[in-house]
Amino acid sequence: MSSKTYDAIIIGAGIVGSACAAECAREGLHVAIVEAGIVGGGATAAGMGHLVVMDDSEAQFALTRYSQQLWDEISYELPREVEHDACGTIWIAADDEELAEARRKEKFYADRGVKTEILDAQALAETEPNLRPGLVGGLRVPGDSVIYPPCAAQYFVDQTLAKGASLFLGVAVKAITAEGVLLHDGTSLSAGVIVNSAGSSSPALTRGLEVKKRKGHLVITDRYPNFVRHQLVELGYLKSAHTLTAESVAFNIQPRRTGQLLIGSSRQFGVDDAQVDAPVLTRMLDRAIEYLPGLGKLSSLRAWTGFRAATPDKLPLIGPHPEHERLYLATGHEGLGITTSLATAKLLVAQIMNRETPIPVTPYLPARMAREPVHA
Amino acid sequence: MPETVTLVVNRIAVEVPAGSMVSAAILKSGVNTFRRSVTGEPRGPLCGMGICFECRVTIDGEPHCRSCQTVCRNGMDVRTDG
Repeated sequence: MSSKTYDAIIIGAGIVGSACAAECAREGLHVAIVEAGIVGGGATAAGMGHLVVMDDSEAQFALTRYSQQLWDEISYELPREVEHDACGTIWIAADDEELAEARRKEKFYADRGVKTEILDAQALAETEPNLRPGLVGGLRVPGDSVIYPPCAAQYFVDQTLAKGASLFLGVAVKAITAEGVLLHDGTSLSAGVIVNSAGSSSPALTRGLEVKKRKGHLVITDRYPNFVRHQLVELGYLKSAHTLTAESVAFNIQPRRTGQLLIGSSRQFGVDDAQVDAPVLTRMLDRAIEYLPGLGKLSSLRAWTGFRAATPDKLPLIGPHPEHERLYLATGHEGLGITTSLATAKLLVAQIMNRETPIPVTPYLPARMAREPVHA
Repeated sequence: MPETVTLVVNRIAVEVPAGSMVSAAILKSGVNTFRRSVTGEPRGPLCGMGICFECRVTIDGEPHCRSCQTVCRNGMDVRTDG
């Protein structure tokens, strides 16, 4: 049977796959992209599109910071529909313990060259007048921004196609083979490099990946311009988002360029069902209304769910598969894939091309997940 | 003579028969762009029965009220976003 041959096959045209595809094409590789659904249709479409520098660990900071710089570099060239908006983030402190956490973050970021600003209760109330009274302050991170991720994914796919790549759309990969991929319609593609960037679907194609689905809900409102001006996230988020087992909600709201508000967030493990879960949605909105009492009077248009691709150590898998010679992984980005997509693409392609990576890659290598050999 | 009510549409007083819908008062005032879509296209009442949401306006400071489902009251302050 004949097989089309490429330099690289990218599985999944979410934000990560499409960024990797564009970077491969920029490197001169002949690329095929295989996408089972639509471009940017999975977690890329379901998520918020918050470009955020994070500090859970040094490795997470390094990846988000580097990637945010890459986004800043291309922000001027992004099409209008990507809706890049440098609104900044405010981490909200509801009590003194959370304010202490804000101060710790401030120092962490300052030590690493990221500009932030502590807001006291009054400054917070003046900056975001719809927040409830009684909050103790916050940390403003002016360098953070937001985008509309599906259009960014489409932009990267278009860049890839302009360099002569092929796009197989609406057809799923049935199996990753030794030489390439076999599609469900019987097409066989071969390549020297295969990249599994299928997000929460990646473990279905590569057995043994430590990637689990973590369900999330979002709501979008009608247009209420300036109801909030920054992406607002509760610092209590750090308490709830870190546990790998519990079901949790946290206040996280994002103003869109249109004046609409995206309201999150929820996290659930062990749920494969994409249906909106009414009790979880109610808890999520109640939490948001605790912070923004006026929110309850606004009208929402839609609620939906998505699946983050979560790893046990909260870091993505970027690099060669420990056993399959041609296979590379670019998955497991959980809630940060929009931010870290561009850095992922740079790290992946440097490894494919056998070059030094722009930042140390060791924390993200898939080999770290390799299980201890089992002795009979 | 039917009873009338007087409301304000974009700062201009409009008198309509009691029981009229706000959408009718807006049209009577000469305005036919009730709001703008995200891409800036003009929008106005389409279904007249509260389903299409195209006739939304700000009433007494509350945005996104369906003008075709709201009965006019004396002194009501209506703003279109055309």
